[in-house]
Amino acid sequence: MDFGFKISPSSAINLDNVDTVKFEQLHDMEPDVYKCMACGSCTSTCPANRFSGMSMRKVILALQRGKEKDVVSMMRNCMLCGKCTMVCPRGINTRHLILSICRIYREDGK
Amino acid sequence: MRERFLTGYNDFVLPFVFGMLFVLTYCLIGMIRLIMQLPAKDRKRFFLSLITPKILFKDIKDIFLKCLIHVDLWKRNKLLGYMHSSIAFGWFMIILVGHIEVFLYTSNLGIKALYYPIFFRYFVAETESTMKGSLIFFLMDFFLLVILSGIALAIIKRVRSRFFGMRRTTNPSFLDLVGLYSLWAIFPLRLLAESFTADISGGSFLTKSLNYVFTEFLSNHANMLPAWWAYSCALGIFFCVLPFTRYMHIPTEILLIPLRNAGIRIVNARKGLAKAQVYSCPSCGLCIDACPMGVMKSNIKDTTVYLNRQIRRNNEARIEEISDKCLLCAKCTAICPVGVEGDKLRIAQRSMRRYNFGPDYSNIDTSVLSEQCNKFVTNQNKNVSLTDSKRVLYFSGCMTALTPAIRKATESLLGKAGIEYEIMDRDGGICCGRPMFMAGRFDQAEQMVRKNTEIILGSGADTLLLSCPICYKIFREQYELPGITIIHHTELFGDLVSSGRLKVRKDDTKYVFHDPCELGRGCGIYEQPRQALSAAGDLVEAAKNRKESICCGGSLGSLTLSFEKRKAMTENALTNLTAASPDTIVTACPLCLNTFGRYADRPVEDIAQVLDRKTN
Repeated sequence: MDFGFKISPSSAINLDNVDTVKFEQLHDMEPDVYKCMACGSCTSTCPANRFSGMSMRKVILALQRGKEKDVVSMMRNCMLCGKCTMVCPRGINTRHLILSICRIYREDGK
Repeated sequence: MRERFLTGYNDFVLPFVFGMLFVLTYCLIGMIRLIMQLPAKDRKRFFLSLITPKILFKDIKDIFLKCLIHVDLWKRNKLLGYMHSSIAFGWFMIILVGHIEVFLYTSNLGIKALYYPIFFRYFVAETESTMKGSLIFFLMDFFLLVILSGIALAIIKRVRSRFFGMRRTTNPSFLDLVGLYSLWAIFPLRLLAESFTADISGGSFLTKSLNYVFTEFLSNHANMLPAWWAYSCALGIFFCVLPFTRYMHIPTEILLIPLRNAGIRIVNARKGLAKAQVYSCPSCGLCIDACPMGVMKSNIKDTTVYLNRQIRRNNEARIEEISDKCLLCAKCTAICPVGVEGDKLRIAQRSMRRYNFGPDYSNIDTSVLSEQCNKFVTNQNKNVSLTDSKRVLYFSGCMTALTPAIRKATESLLGKAGIEYEIMDRDGGICCGRPMFMAGRFDQAEQMVRKNTEIILGSGADTLLLSCPICYKIFREQYELPGITIIHHTELFGDLVSSGRLKVRKDDTKYVFHDPCELGRGCGIYEQPRQALSAAGDLVEAAKNRKESICCGGSLGSLTLSFEKRKAMTENALTNLTAASPDTIVTACPLCLNTFGRYADRPVEDIAQVLDRKTN
């Protein structure tokens, strides 16, 4: 159909060179990952925080920014104790999210 | 008895002989494979158990009581018990008496031994030797009647399982139905076939009487052959489908009992003992009613009976879904009549997962953590004389960190009882490893166990006190702490109250005690918390308690259940607890306290809080 005009394709240039393929994969497995509002309840209860600086809030943010190596080093001491799941005001199943991250991402960042 | 035919053979025996040879070969090969799959150490242990008289005697006793009499089902529901034991024990007796009768009345059997005990009445004619069927024939008829009554109950159970104390039963698969109908057909057909020949080969009250009826309108003896053919075909079909249906539990359970009595544990998720358990599942469906997830209909297909079915079908996607969803409350294990360990089976499935990376705790320096709890060590060095009193190391655990009231109350009670104690994780410590273990990541859990062991052994304590049943279970099962007593705070308080070291004021508050999964079913602690509570008030019981207590729904066992989906389970557990309208719900697990506290309509407290308030 011809209206006499067209919508031109977006001319926005994405200068971000972060590879989001893995994050999309994670999002497919764990749709809740977008529910996080970065309140930090998980971080404040985390027993691994004092050992490896583990913070679920930071993990989710860092993954979206492609900082996978930081994530792996933070998650090094996660004990899967589940306190973060219990305190999450958004009801995110963080324990399963952690296991999914361990499945998708790799230690060498590839 | 005298032989009726010179050959002693008729074509109708073929379906039965084929079926029987098939099923025997299949079971024999299966058994050898299963035993070969066991780790070498376990295999040796198994063979040793078979020549140890004490274990062997227990094996035989268990096989008789469980496989034939079904004692566990009798305890559960009399009608259900009668239904199963009438079929199992009745059939066994018919086979046994059938063999006795053949060996008594015939000689030179040869190849005929394969089918004579089953079709004996067709091939012989009665003589004086049977005493007019007064003993053996009577027994055969009697047990046939017992089985028929069992089959009648089984048919009723298909239609209305409620009569048997079961709200839901398993949805049978297609082959299960083939097996079921052929099993139902076997015994009426046997009665029919034997009745036709009762005037020739003899019979007793059942077959003889039916024979009189039949001769009224079916006087021709040629009619007997189709009945015998049908009987043999029903047997043949049943035996041929048996390995692919739930009836495989009959031969497998005979193997599972000696394996269990030998003390073998699940190592591989699909081989050895796990396989024996999966094939021992009779699909009775008792676990469906027991499962706390069953309050939501969508979870019914995620119960242990369906896990076993999917493992048999190698349906990996469903196995993962079912094993990840489970709360690991172990109620199905507690009520299973054949001893399938639903929780351990699921943890084993989880351990098969492959992850790209995993936690590693080698960077954690235990000396820093040790310094916070080495009061006893420094005291010992200064003070030579050791006091008799306990040196208690209190590990409150991760979950208690979210419910600080429990820790506060426990500390206060320890002070009141004059017990010297030290807190191991005042500023947070290393997790006990149980949550990681439940997720199937054994190596990581093992690392945490080692780290904690170092701290505890270095603390100089002689008692490890825990207020979280989740920790308590793994400390009892996986930790090796020589010289250190591991106790849960309910045990300690139970002892302190009954020995009078804690004086509790009693009033008329009605308490109900919720048995946490890991404390009750997991560690068998039922009495001490009740003792302590009844000193503080009026103790009432929940509708389902102790071994059958219902999980609060907050369990760390489940990996996939979301927050909202757990709500229905918690509410169901609360309804069960408040059946006797108590004033306060008391539990002994920080996780249960947290979960119940969210939805309960009355106060929920830990046992430590109750006792602390009522002591001076």
